[in-house]
Amino acid sequence: MLGALLASSAPFIDWSWIGTNAGVIANAIAQHAELTGIAVGCGLALSVPTALIAWRFHWARGAILGFAGLLYTIPSLALFVLIQPVTGYFSLLTAEVALTGYTLLILIRNVLTGLDAATDEVREAATAMGFTPTGAMIRVYLPLALPSLFAGLRVATVTVVGLVTITAFIEWGGLGQLIITGLHDYFYTPTVVGLVLSMALAAVGDATFVLLERIIVRWRQIEA
Amino acid sequence: MRFLTEVAQWLTSSANWSGPDGIVVRAVSQVELSAAVIGTSILIGVGIGFALGHTRRGGFFAVNAANAARAVPSLALLTLLVTWPIISLKGDGFYASFLALVALAIPPILTNAYVSMRGVDAEVIEAAKAVGMSSWQRFIRVEVPLAAPLAVAGIRTAAVEVVATSTLAAYVTFNDLGDFIFAGLATNDTVESFSGALLVAVLAGLTDLAFLCLYRLVLPVSSRRTASGSRVAAAPDAAIV
Repeated sequence: MLGALLASSAPFIDWSWIGTNAGVIANAIAQHAELTGIAVGCGLALSVPTALIAWRFHWARGAILGFAGLLYTIPSLALFVLIQPVTGYFSLLTAEVALTGYTLLILIRNVLTGLDAATDEVREAATAMGFTPTGAMIRVYLPLALPSLFAGLRVATVTVVGLVTITAFIEWGGLGQLIITGLHDYFYTPTVVGLVLSMALAAVGDATFVLLERIIVRWRQIEA
Repeated sequence: MRFLTEVAQWLTSSANWSGPDGIVVRAVSQVELSAAVIGTSILIGVGIGFALGHTRRGGFFAVNAANAARAVPSLALLTLLVTWPIISLKGDGFYASFLALVALAIPPILTNAYVSMRGVDAEVIEAAKAVGMSSWQRFIRVEVPLAAPLAVAGIRTAAVEVVATSTLAAYVTFNDLGDFIFAGLATNDTVESFSGALLVAVLAGLTDLAFLCLYRLVLPVSSRRTASGSRVAAAPDAAIV
């Protein structure tokens, strides 16, 4: 059966295609990284203040997590199409609004988990040092939530790298365009290239935040 | 406003509901595909996850399965399966979609099943041993009931993901609700694609609700009352590890 399979199918990777399409591949990587970077960046900028509000004001917590959860439940392809009438057909804004939306639940929940983890000793120490509740939140609890935030950033980045491939259906997609090309032409190479590079990009994004955390969160090393 | 009126007209037109390409037929086939995938993935994912958690083996593999799988774009998996002659478009795209979705669903189910089983309090297990339970009795009567809520939370996450991604099956000719979206996008029929997207979103929401109910059912009676207080508290999401 394996012999028949090998004989019936084209070679899995056509290296010459990669050589002649190096420019296309490089552009796809750049677009994929850009779409991901903007979404995670906007997600971070929105999530931290939102999570702080949710933590500080208990009445807001359920509504914020509920909204982010609802957004997270909507299938990505459907969300692109549903917001298009407002954000523009096949526009960059459509892609980014939806992609950012998916990072919100992951990031807000992780920041809240980090904030909730502040122990009674930490709270008492902060009060004893004369911090106001909001001051303590910004200067004491938020820094302590950083490891949890970074864990969220890693998950969000890997998730968004995967979702960007779906934006190929609204004429973006980065590496998703390569993946779809393979389907149209019944030709493995672009799909395999798109798959491998997309996973590589996810790994690079993940590693970037591991590195950033090591640089920024110094006290963790002392603790360990 | 005019646009929304047109969408309402589209959704209430009986012509769009009936026939082999109608909403009913397509919704049913999407539910069938998703149910087959979720059922299979539960059997495999929970089976392996519980077994590894009970025997306390393979932790590194089990914990990292969900993370590693998150990086694999399901669109690429689906495309590769369709371009593979053995699978191709057999069953009108059912087999390719089924396999790609199972590959998507098993890792998060497995990881959560494992984590939930490992999370069972060691003292509880010691107590079960002390009263003379065999390994199998302990597993069935102590560990599984205690692990069930978190395991079901993992299944819920995976189920919503499967229903969401089964929309893509329409791209490889499987006849489901995603077809309305793709057809609309291809012909610039914004009303059709929007209506299709709405239907898909509703289906995903209903799936989420169905598994929330299942989650409540497996919650220990003692914690049920507190959990029903607020929607968020009742729905802790699967472990993000």
